[in-house]
Amino acid sequence: MQQTLAASAAPSLPTGERRKASSFGDKLFEWLCRGAGILVLLTLGAIIVTLFIGALPAFERYGLPFIWSTEWNPVEDHREAYGGAVAIFGTIVSAILAIVFAVPIAFGIAFYLTELAPSWLKRPVGTAIELLAAVPSIIYGMWGLFVVVPFVQMNIQLTFGEALAALPLIGFIFETTNFAGTSLFTASLVLAIMILPFIAATMRDVFEQVPPVYKESAYGVGATRWEVVSGVVIPYTRISVVGGIMLGLGRALGETMAVTFVIGNANRMPASIFDASTTIASVVAMEFPESLAGSLKQSALFALGFLLFVISFVVLAASRWLLRSRLK
Amino acid sequence: MSMTEQQAGTTSEGASFGGVQARSTVAINATSRISVRNLDFFYGSGDTKALKGINLELPDRQVTGMIGPSGCGKSTLLRVLNRMYSLYPGQRAVGEVIMDGRNMLDADVDLNELRAKVGMVFQKPTPFPMTIHDNIAFGVRLHEKLSKSEMDERVEWALSRAAIWGEVKDRLHTSALGLSGGQQQRLCIARTIAVRPEVILFDEPTSALDPISTLKIEELIDELKRDFTICIVTHNMQQAARCADQVAFFYLGELVEVAPAAQMFTAPREKRTQEYITGRFG
Repeated sequence: MQQTLAASAAPSLPTGERRKASSFGDKLFEWLCRGAGILVLLTLGAIIVTLFIGALPAFERYGLPFIWSTEWNPVEDHREAYGGAVAIFGTIVSAILAIVFAVPIAFGIAFYLTELAPSWLKRPVGTAIELLAAVPSIIYGMWGLFVVVPFVQMNIQLTFGEALAALPLIGFIFETTNFAGTSLFTASLVLAIMILPFIAATMRDVFEQVPPVYKESAYGVGATRWEVVSGVVIPYTRISVVGGIMLGLGRALGETMAVTFVIGNANRMPASIFDASTTIASVVAMEFPESLAGSLKQSALFALGFLLFVISFVVLAASRWLLRSRLK
Repeated sequence: MSMTEQQAGTTSEGASFGGVQARSTVAINATSRISVRNLDFFYGSGDTKALKGINLELPDRQVTGMIGPSGCGKSTLLRVLNRMYSLYPGQRAVGEVIMDGRNMLDADVDLNELRAKVGMVFQKPTPFPMTIHDNIAFGVRLHEKLSKSEMDERVEWALSRAAIWGEVKDRLHTSALGLSGGQQQRLCIARTIAVRPEVILFDEPTSALDPISTLKIEELIDELKRDFTICIVTHNMQQAARCADQVAFFYLGELVEVAPAAQMFTAPREKRTQEYITGRFG
């Protein structure tokens, strides 16, 4: 009885023609998307090929020693010679110094945002850090030249720098005859400020991913905030943290404008962090417009570009590999 | 109190079936380690009370089981006992949690010291990403300065007390993450007792474990109560019956009934308790 009642009460199935799927529109859409995907690969491949072809004359002329030759003489015809060592050294040292400056501060920011900041302050500070990443690099260059350079000159190089230069053994790192303020150190400082938001944001994100119960377990045996972070949060996230640092390193390696403004652009091997130097990106930006098409100089710049590409590619690939669990 | 007194208390309790007055006479064979008095708890300023006027004694070196449906406040009470809630701004407890003659809810209580005295084991095993030895040493180092040999002794002692020493003694310096779930949970218990707490709080310690591991943990709890006052939150009525000396039933933030385990599961005073333990809701 109940069953028949239920059956009669239920509405009958809706009827109507089914729409025939349009296979053409679907195929078109599929091919457009596939084309967009392939375009990325083609572009990447084209860049590598262009760089390599452009660099070929220089590589053929100098071979592997191009990497460690410090000569850079585009002027005198019979003594014209190019080597990448100064720019490569400047690139790597300025990027690594930038990491050294930026990581402790980024850690402080991430620690504050995840453990200490009251919740109403977390969002504004977090957003401000992300906005810092949105400042165009030319702005950092201008600000660097007018603010950071004189600051480094007056308040760091002529005070701490001089004092440190008097130290035995390591004094030479700070010893310099360049008092312009534009130096490897200044470039690293500006770079550090530029990559800070990337590292801080990554660290904050991975710190936040630690399950609260692990932190509570550590608090539960009586750990302080610092002990929880150093004993549990960092061991738990160290691989992702290193990945985030590599991401910052990748950006520091390729940064051009801001560095060009403040590094001094001297194609000399720096002996001290207060010496003027140059980076691959700066050399290319400064000299590429002045080099004749097809000249050996242009080819040498292409070769430098190719090397920068390889270095950045390796660093970014390493960071993606380390962050792979987080990026999934 | 002597054994006869305890039995007398229990039998007279069973006979009287009384109200609040009778409840306080359900004293088990021990003095109280922690006294909870008129405790209210709020998760946020605008929220309703998550705990309402809780009064509960945790007898020294006895197991107190807390049962009740999800959201009834039993885990919340556990997190008040070691002030874990203080990590989260906005959460607030009003009332008294008396331990060693002091109200642990006072603002000037040293939380690290309190948590060393009131240890906690969580629902999911939480081994830290380090070696088995370092997992145990982590907590100890925070409170004591031990030489290497003293530390090794302490680690062995804690692991032995947690009934896992035999299984891990040959791999102390390998990662704790390689242990099975049940072993990880016993490791966490070892980490907690290594700090030499007075009270251990278990928050559903076996709900993520298989039956054999569960049995081992239950045996362990039975063994640990010789030295520690234990409080265990569980969803498993049989577990409460097996482990606990005293059982407290919570419902909607209220402590409905607290009684010796045997009485709780055979002759509960309250209708709601009876309905819950017979599976009519929850």
